[in-house]
Amino acid sequence: MADVTFTVDGKKLTAPAGTLLIDACRKAGIEIPAFCYYPGLSLQAACRMCVVRLEKVPKLQTACTTPVAEGMVVTTESDEIKQSRKAILELLLGNHPLDCPVCDAGGECELQDMTFKYGAAESKYVEIKQHREEQQWSPVVFFDRPRCILCYRCVRVCGEGMDVWALGVQNRGVSSVISPNGEDHLDCEECGMCIDICPVGALTSGTYRYKTRPWEMNHVATVCTHCGDGCKTTLGVRSVDDGSEIIRGDNRDKSGMNGDFLCIKGRYAFDFTTREDRITKPLVRQPNGQLAEVSWEQALEHAGMKLREIRDTRGGSAIGVIGSTRTTNEEAYLLQKFARTVLNTNNIDHHRTADYASFAAALQGKAGRTASLRDFLTAPAILLLGNDATEQHPALAWNIRSNVRQNRARLYVANHADIKLHRQAKSFLQIPQDGYAALVQYLAGNEAGFDGTEISAAFREALRKEESLVIAFGSEFRGRDIQSLVDFGLGLPNVKFAALGDYANSRGAADMGLMPDLLPGYVPLAAAKHFGEEYPSLPSAPGLDMLQMFDAAEAGNLGALYVVGSNPVERYGIDPTALKNTFLIVQDMFMTETAAVADVIFPAANLYEKSGTVTNTYGDLQLAKKAADKAGVRTDFELIVRLADKMGADPKKLVPFGRGVRADMGQTRGAQSGEADRHAVWLAANNLEPKLSPFDPFAVFDEIQRLVPSYNVSRFELLGGQDKQTRSDLVQIELDPARRDLVLPANDTLFTSGTLGRYSRMLHSVMESRTTKPAETAAD
Amino acid sequence: MSTPATTIFSPALAARFDKLVTLYPVRRSALVPMLLYSQDEVGYISDAVVEEIAVRIGITPLDVRNVLSYYSMLRTKPVGKYNVQVCTNISCMLKDGYGILDHCKQRLGIGHKEVTPDGLFSLEEVECIGACCWAPAVQINYDFYDDLTPEKMDKVLEDYRAGRGKETL
Ligand code: SF4
Ligand code: SF4
Ligand code: SF4
Ligand code: FES
Ligand code: FES
Repeated sequence: MADVTFTVDGKKLTAPAGTLLIDACRKAGIEIPAFCYYPGLSLQAACRMCVVRLEKVPKLQTACTTPVAEGMVVTTESDEIKQSRKAILELLLGNHPLDCPVCDAGGECELQDMTFKYGAAESKYVEIKQHREEQQWSPVVFFDRPRCILCYRCVRVCGEGMDVWALGVQNRGVSSVISPNGEDHLDCEECGMCIDICPVGALTSGTYRYKTRPWEMNHVATVCTHCGDGCKTTLGVRSVDDGSEIIRGDNRDKSGMNGDFLCIKGRYAFDFTTREDRITKPLVRQPNGQLAEVSWEQALEHAGMKLREIRDTRGGSAIGVIGSTRTTNEEAYLLQKFARTVLNTNNIDHHRTADYASFAAALQGKAGRTASLRDFLTAPAILLLGNDATEQHPALAWNIRSNVRQNRARLYVANHADIKLHRQAKSFLQIPQDGYAALVQYLAGNEAGFDGTEISAAFREALRKEESLVIAFGSEFRGRDIQSLVDFGLGLPNVKFAALGDYANSRGAADMGLMPDLLPGYVPLAAAKHFGEEYPSLPSAPGLDMLQMFDAAEAGNLGALYVVGSNPVERYGIDPTALKNTFLIVQDMFMTETAAVADVIFPAANLYEKSGTVTNTYGDLQLAKKAADKAGVRTDFELIVRLADKMGADPKKLVPFGRGVRADMGQTRGAQSGEADRHAVWLAANNLEPKLSPFDPFAVFDEIQRLVPSYNVSRFELLGGQDKQTRSDLVQIELDPARRDLVLPANDTLFTSGTLGRYSRMLHSVMESRTTKPAETAAD
Repeated sequence: MSTPATTIFSPALAARFDKLVTLYPVRRSALVPMLLYSQDEVGYISDAVVEEIAVRIGITPLDVRNVLSYYSMLRTKPVGKYNVQVCTNISCMLKDGYGILDHCKQRLGIGHKEVTPDGLFSLEEVECIGACCWAPAVQINYDFYDDLTPEKMDKVLEDYRAGRGKETL
């Protein structure tokens, strides 16, 4: 829309016509107070805090509902306005319990801030306050009614934002009260958005409630460890006896691709980190068959010696390695490098939840064709094939819903089930569970094999008219089907794609070459190119995949298996006795089914306890920062390096640290520490971080950026906390048509998260307390 | 958003609702009339009424309750066969509406929002019912009685008790 010019507090401003005055002012740095206004949600105009004076208008007006107009003259602060705001505060405080000293929100409460700013020294009210007991609505959500200022943000974010519609307002006037859909409890997705958005302490969470004062925490911006969406989250951490514990997760600063969204897992399911049954001491199986706690030195020595012995006597092909979908890229890269150059084996795999290799093959050489999670927030049209994003990719579902609501994006959904996103869909097509390949053929104009109907014809027709489309597809698509889908998509004017896989770094695990036939960046072993020189002892034959490794173990041909952050025994239903002749090393947090039969167990740190990078399923690369800490555990990175060291390998060859860089070792420290920090950023941006330790993941990241072209993104922006898209088009592969994709979808729901979910009491209590039944239809 | 297979309403009311939801640009505009008509037929807004109305309009039961709880004339508990609504708003108050209320309380032996044990009467103190010029006024179900005195009130109640009252809903 055309720009209009108007005056605020004597300043000339311009903004597109139709912009809300409150937004235009904020953009220009003029803060207008607001309780009920929340960007992205419908307008409520309930609180009257945002009142301003418009010239030639008799009464004060609400800035949150006034669109800017040409020539408008606005005053945002004056005695009259102050008086009005002060009066509103007095009314709000009239029935407020003022229990700030114990309230969760104390110190970061918008009502406190406003009272501080406008002052409400005197209250003319003498009525007795209406007290109500705090209510627990679910394991996650608690409601303290007297603190509520009735801004309706929670109601709107749950309805409009989440499409759950679990909160409402009952009664009227002074007795109005926020109420949950189950009358005395909530039946909902337990995302905690309502708690996060509440400007006061009326809605509080089971995990954080009465645990701390906000200023007692440190805040670390990192990436969620659960699903493949890779939401940015800020963890609130606090020192405890054995390290530092996470007590809160949110993304209040709206940085990152998820805005302020987090699902229940990102927001609350970090409690696995502090479980008392977490392994914190290395364990080694004794001659009597029992596991016993030993020193790190002994455990590493023992494991290293055994691995070396088996490699030297039976060859690297008698050793298998299973990597993780939740470790950092640096760890995944290092693990495969360790396998290939120290253990001399290509027997390496991980739990695959999407066929990223075929996806990379289909897109090679096609620049600008991968969709970031961000694209789903802005694309004019979206096609979702398979997958139930509300359950499996909650942030994707959030972005899609927001896009449909705010930009009227057109959503096309084809699924074998009637998934919840149907409600946002312009067009929905239900197809047989095995009908995805035929559907793509049909969309491409090949009718055979697909029962076309009027609906499907209209679906296809509309889709083909789209001038710009992003396509997300689930693990229903693999191998050749991905190729046909991409071929179809490339026939449309402007299409981007996203393959949906399940875990925080599933994509990174594949990108970093945790596969028996593919090196980092999907470079095939058969044409190893520069890796030939980089990895001098690289065995040329492809190794065993996950299933073949267990077959080999059963047949007595696998001397050792090294499992990092994975539980294949449970996941693949392996009979543990198959491993009785295999020396098994496991790195994990918990005594999983796999760890239970291990010969050596190393207690490992999780993603919240380490730094590095992770890649979400869309290929967005992000920085993970160490937030929590637990005495007794070590990062997988460190463990791999130490194991290599114990095997007699040169850690410098594995991790290129301390290579001739003359770092500034502190001259800039001192009085000007801000200067020093800026200096560190500059060093990092120019690849000059000191990297003096073999445990520095950024030394490995250097190598990744050097050897994997698709990861050669701006470090400066990455380290500054931005997400950077990797470049799939720079991948070059020819896949063997007979290659097995071995995709095993995790089928997680909103309340499960593989092994981590099993160790989260919060998720368990939610599942036990009720099952989610979303509202039948969206309210109009 | 559908017509339920089974309904708790009479065929006539169900048919009326089928039509009502089609009359407005958005279906939920039919909510308040539907609540009122249901109350007239069922006597109060039961959970079953809430559920069925939600299905008929295509909103959540919570949405129905949000509106339901806003209006004090919609009730969620059964009342007596004759619901005696005594006005105590300004005009009636000035003309001793409270006296009428107290009198009713005494005669019926029940308080505000209570029901007699035989289920015949219930009592309610209400805001202005629009009969100020003939204050004090009382409404029983949908019928008005005005210019009341305790004696006149006794007569009205007696008529109802003896089955001579007006039988509107
Ligand atoms: S789904 Fe539940 S937790 Fe999320 S906003 Fe709605 S009521 Fe709150
Ligand atoms: S509970 Fe919080 S967010 Fe909801 S209306 Fe009350 S103050 Fe606003
Ligand atoms: S959507 Fe995925 S990445 Fe985001 S908070 Fe939930 S589990 Fe974490
Ligand atoms: S912010 Fe404008 S009325 Fe609440
Ligand atoms: S005040 Fe009683 S009828 Fe108006």
